[in-house]
Amino acid sequence: MATIPERKLDMASMRTFSPAGTQQASAATTKIESRNLNFYYGTYKALSDVSLAVAPNSVTALIGPSGCGKSTFLRTLNRISETIKNTRVEGEVLLDGASIMDSDVTALRRRVGMVFQRPNPFPKSIYDNIAYGPRINGMKGKMDDLVETALRRGALWEEVKDKLNKSAYALSGGQQQRLCIARAMAVEPEVILMDEPCSALDPIATAKIEELIFNIKNQTTVVIVTHNMQQAARIADKTGFFLMGKMIEFGPTDLIFKNPSKKETEDYITGRFG
Amino acid sequence: MSRLAWRNFVNEVMLSLTAVCTLLTVSTLILILGYLIWNGGKSLNWAFFTQLPKGPGEVGGGMANAIVGTAKLVGLASAIGIPIGFIAGIYLSEFGGVTFPFIIRYVADLLNGVPSIVVGIFAYAIVVLPLKHFSAWAGSVALAVMLIPVVVRNTEQFLQGVPQSLREGALSLGASKWRTIVTVVVPASISGILTGIILGVARIAGETAPLIFTSFGNQFWSSGFNEPTSSLPVMIYNYAISPYDDWHRQAWAAGLVLLALVLVSNILARGILGRGTAANRA
Repeated sequence: MATIPERKLDMASMRTFSPAGTQQASAATTKIESRNLNFYYGTYKALSDVSLAVAPNSVTALIGPSGCGKSTFLRTLNRISETIKNTRVEGEVLLDGASIMDSDVTALRRRVGMVFQRPNPFPKSIYDNIAYGPRINGMKGKMDDLVETALRRGALWEEVKDKLNKSAYALSGGQQQRLCIARAMAVEPEVILMDEPCSALDPIATAKIEELIFNIKNQTTVVIVTHNMQQAARIADKTGFFLMGKMIEFGPTDLIFKNPSKKETEDYITGRFG
Repeated sequence: MSRLAWRNFVNEVMLSLTAVCTLLTVSTLILILGYLIWNGGKSLNWAFFTQLPKGPGEVGGGMANAIVGTAKLVGLASAIGIPIGFIAGIYLSEFGGVTFPFIIRYVADLLNGVPSIVVGIFAYAIVVLPLKHFSAWAGSVALAVMLIPVVVRNTEQFLQGVPQSLREGALSLGASKWRTIVTVVVPASISGILTGIILGVARIAGETAPLIFTSFGNQFWSSGFNEPTSSLPVMIYNYAISPYDDWHRQAWAAGLVLLALVLVSNILARGILGRGTAANRA
């Protein structure tokens, strides 16, 4: 009941502010943002002063050569980076304007989901993979319905509806990755982080996932790391270019690819290095 | 001899050597097994499983109390050792920092290498002396001390084998660390962990030295865990060194029963492990 007026308000505010608010990130147009973020592995500085604001219900692509820090950046957004010992974060990450460092880490990760480079289904049935998140988070509603909804969002329902009790390992790589996206979607995250989700997949499976990303945009906000610049150009509203731990340039995807303002960006996207 | 011929010759020699060593290993095993089955099978009868031991020099009787006693000792040792070892293994794999787990790991390996007779003396000192009598408790403590390091290291190794990406998958859905371990990490490695536990239990089932002066032995039934308790390995030891032919016969039978128990649990363990890896590959 409470969500309906809230949504109306949200749409109204977006209608009013979004055309003008492209440069200045106000609370209404920013879902998640980092401010002057530094990240260290031991003494090695992997991120340097990264500030980036992501609009709600948008797809943001992060590109850059291997080791440039884009995955590291992504992993700081849901604090999964903390699982690696001897790392340190400086600066701020704000989700809906509130620092993620202040919130409970499990509550944060429920709001900010993640899909990984290689499909990582649990060694359980397809059904139990999807139901895992709703179960641990004590979500209300009929589990069968939750599972079906999530699998439909993951564009996998038609392929697996007759074998929900089969092991998730019986699926192909592409199906496993869509299962992982559906699993992440099942807890209805506000932001979903994708770390090169298509790098282990063939072009057909990749196309399916890109379509899926496009479709989930109206329910969530997507931040995706990719090595594939065509992919970034196809799916992203905005693109950020990372190089050696710094964010060189961030802007509308069209602009980044057609008319980059920095020489490093141009060199990278025209294939002069990386 | 040409260079090539020499290399082929060395190759042949090494190949034959591996074949000979394999043959030696396998034939030793088959010899032991065959001899035991031959002698034990001859001596095994229904009375062995149902009757109490007869007095020295008398013919007949069985080791019913020792079979039950071994089950009691191994059962209680498992009840003490498996939870401690399992949880310590989880700690080492999932929670440890650097220095402390290193020490624990080292101590576990050290404990694993302690001669079983020394473990027996330890249990004698901490259980038998204060209680002033032999008991199944003391024997079980000794066996548990032997079981713990095996379970710790085995559990740790199988947990370490679970890909980090599975942990991250669960964490990124909002699972706490403990929840992740219980619902994803342990289930993913449970077949390996169980196999290790079964092998560890099979190993302590055959231990003699730690029991000689802890659970001691008993010609009769022991009630509860507070009395000296008979066990198959100690019975084998006592009967084998006795001067009576019928006791020798029964020692062979006891050896066969013990081996059968260990073999069955081994096969069981391999069955579980085989099923586990098959599921992972599918």
